[in-house]
Amino acid sequence: MKKELIKLENLVMEFDGQRVLDNVSLSIENGRFLTLLGPSGCGKTTTLRIIGGFLTPTSGTVLFDGQPINNVPAYKRQINTVFQNYALFPHLDVYDNIAFGLRIAGVKEPEIDRRVSEMLSVVSLNGFENRSVTALSGGQQQRVAIARALINRPKVLLLDEPLGALDLRLRKDMQNELKRIQQEVGITFIYVTHDQEEALSMSDTVVVMDSGRIQQVGTPEDIYNEPANAYVADFIGESNILDGIMKSDFKVNFFGRDFDCLDKGFAPDEPVDVVIRPEDVDIVAPGAGQLTGTVTNVTFKGVHYDTIVNFSGFKWLIQTTDFNAEGSRIGIRLNPDDIHVMHKSEYSGMFGDYSSYSAEYDEIAVAEESEEE
Amino acid sequence: MKRNSGKSWLSVPYIVWMLLFSIIPLCIVIYYAFTDSLTGEFTFSNITGILDYATIFLRSIWLSVAATIICLIIGYPVAYTIARCKPRTQRMLQMLVMLPMCMSFLLRTLAWVALLEDTGIINNIITSLGLQPLPLIRNSGAVILGMVYNYLPYMILPLYTVISKINPRLIEAAEDLGCSKAKTFTKVILPLSVPGIISGITMVFVPAVSTFYISQKLGSTGTVMVGDIIESQFKGAYNPNLGAAMSLILMILIFICIGITNRVAGDEEEVMMP
Amino acid sequence: MRNLSKIITVIVFIFLYIPIIVLAVASFSSGTDLAVFKEFTLSRYSELFRDTTLLTLLRNSVIIAVLSTAIATILGTAAAVGISRMKGRLRKLVMGMTNIPMTNPDIVTGVSLALMFAFTGTVLKLNSVLGFWTLLIAHITFNLPYVILNVMPRLTNMNPFLTDAALDLGCTPVQAFFKVTIHEIMPGIIAGALMSFTMSLDDFVISYFVTGSGFVTLPVEIYNYTKKPIHPKLYALFTLMFIVILALMVTMNLLQGRNKKARIHGIAARTGKEA
Repeated sequence: MKKELIKLENLVMEFDGQRVLDNVSLSIENGRFLTLLGPSGCGKTTTLRIIGGFLTPTSGTVLFDGQPINNVPAYKRQINTVFQNYALFPHLDVYDNIAFGLRIAGVKEPEIDRRVSEMLSVVSLNGFENRSVTALSGGQQQRVAIARALINRPKVLLLDEPLGALDLRLRKDMQNELKRIQQEVGITFIYVTHDQEEALSMSDTVVVMDSGRIQQVGTPEDIYNEPANAYVADFIGESNILDGIMKSDFKVNFFGRDFDCLDKGFAPDEPVDVVIRPEDVDIVAPGAGQLTGTVTNVTFKGVHYDTIVNFSGFKWLIQTTDFNAEGSRIGIRLNPDDIHVMHKSEYSGMFGDYSSYSAEYDEIAVAEESEEE
Repeated sequence: MKRNSGKSWLSVPYIVWMLLFSIIPLCIVIYYAFTDSLTGEFTFSNITGILDYATIFLRSIWLSVAATIICLIIGYPVAYTIARCKPRTQRMLQMLVMLPMCMSFLLRTLAWVALLEDTGIINNIITSLGLQPLPLIRNSGAVILGMVYNYLPYMILPLYTVISKINPRLIEAAEDLGCSKAKTFTKVILPLSVPGIISGITMVFVPAVSTFYISQKLGSTGTVMVGDIIESQFKGAYNPNLGAAMSLILMILIFICIGITNRVAGDEEEVMMP
Repeated sequence: MRNLSKIITVIVFIFLYIPIIVLAVASFSSGTDLAVFKEFTLSRYSELFRDTTLLTLLRNSVIIAVLSTAIATILGTAAAVGISRMKGRLRKLVMGMTNIPMTNPDIVTGVSLALMFAFTGTVLKLNSVLGFWTLLIAHITFNLPYVILNVMPRLTNMNPFLTDAALDLGCTPVQAFFKVTIHEIMPGIIAGALMSFTMSLDDFVISYFVTGSGFVTLPVEIYNYTKKPIHPKLYALFTLMFIVILALMVTMNLLQGRNKKARIHGIAARTGKEA
């Protein structure tokens, strides 16, 4: 069942000499909910448009069911798209919008009728047949766009930031709705978004992209717990990223001391990036943990406090439900599974330092007692 | 972003058409302007011959500039008033401005002759009141009036289009920030209507400076304009080479005038359609 | 200030319509002088309908206007689609070319076409090429920019994803144009065609230079008439045309108003149902 449906091989895309996609290779299995995640300009929409057939890559191959489809125009692909801002045809009503693809394909009217009402119930829009699409709310337009694409029974549905125009509440509802629809129809969804939370909560597979390259492919848990580099660690959730040295398997050194960890397979004494998630840190009494620092800033976030702690001039973000007043000294304890070790990359040193987290006066000469235990 | 379907070839028939019937004719105008009417040899005499008509050129410009300014001064309040009406009334008034443009401008100009003549309608009224008849026709004033009458809608419509599109919130914002009504007008509304003013000026000035009927009917021998002279080179005293030279100079003059307008108003280049 | 504007507006509208009223009144007068109303008569109108030459001229004008509008609309719409795909310098160049007939005075356009036709005539050793075809060519040429300048904004403002959506749903590019794009740009096409038609119907200056004795339109002949003492049946024709155009405009206006109203009602009904 889980066979490869789409394969991208070394896709390169250039616009006016500007490289937008740089050697993108990706395998997409049938029936997956796959998300291309990244900031604007990272190449995710370009990748989607290449799969949809709206762009031809400068070089590289797109395989569909094992066949190269680079030269197959969009209208001959078994792929349909839900566009950004929906792109519903304003001169047609809900029914005619949804029936559009079937009419083009020459399907008989009774069959169209049957399938449109079937589709309307899938997207919970029964009774909306004769509404003008311009009179629908954003969420309703969204559903029409999905129905219009799915009615053609594509093998793949492409979704280009489909929830971008909706407000937060509606977005959450539609996330669940989309996941439900995907499971109901059982086809591959390729979803493009810049919203990491959306990506993590909906997808089977997340593809993190930046500057035209794929940074990491994995399940949401993999991406979050085992980020491949500093970029991914920073883009997905909050991270403290420190310079460290891998002493040996399961042993990493940072802040001048060794910590146990679960990572292995690094070269001896390889310089690495160490990621510590703000919510993984346990706060203990000063001196009771492995490190001791000073709280420099506290912000209430509802569920927890964002606490900025200064360790030897390097500031960490720690998320904790306990309140620690500004200026108080605290200790922290790190368990081996709280520490994630990554190879150095071009992104090393660019992320994960919370020194500029807020307007704070820098305490000079705090290169103090971090060594004592 | 590059799209897969390159449909720009669809404009090829049009481009060919315009080359054949717009660009090449202009080249032929240039060719005629620099050739002798009898021998067909290259000559500057057509261009230098225009110097004899310098006063006519200058007169055409001043008459049409005067008409354009009057159109702007009386057209702006009209456009402004229309733009402030209810949408339904706006559509109705806009239609009433456009309607005369669709009617034969020759006959409407002729009606002005009947109104302004020495024994015309207006003078009949004046004399019936026991006053002396006024010299209303066959002078520069009558020609300017004819131009204003004929081309005023071309001023009102682009102005109206621009003014009606000004976001009323901007006006509220200006008032909120302490502008008086007059200040709001000079600081917000007027600067925002500049594109409309420019296209209005262009759309009035160009046909006014080149007209050849209005001055024939409402003017005298003292108000002959470039258009009349060009017409006579083709339909009367046949000298197409001189006519071509004049057309060329007229064209250049207009481009200079439009250039000046655009420069003065700050390089807004937008052709507004009624 | 506002009152002054209103007063000026009223005066301007009177000013715009006085000559039209003069002509309309004269069409019911038995005299020949526009300035003097003699006795009321309808004979001008009966004379008009018996005057076959005048009706032929009107027919000629309508033929030229319809043909040139149709050709310019098709050619211009295709061109606009093509131009909208162009970029940078090429696009600027083509749009510049489009603006030439718009900024050039009519007399120069007329003269340049007349010279070219004369030139072609000499080359082909024809006595006179001026006539129906030269007139049609000239009208198409000055109509084209009106179509393009009306259609272009519609194309550039159109959501580009609509075309993609049509292709995505199985349309060939040609189908996508006729099933989606054309609906989006239709208001522009209609506006361009209407403008072309009225410009063409009323054009005198350009037609005057490119027409021969074989095929003359109404405005050109009116010009010839106005050189001599003019026959009052022309006033009757003018008045009739005024009424026809007025009626057309008012109906269009009412239809537009009704459409808008219907839409607002529809939305209200919908939101009402949902609430």
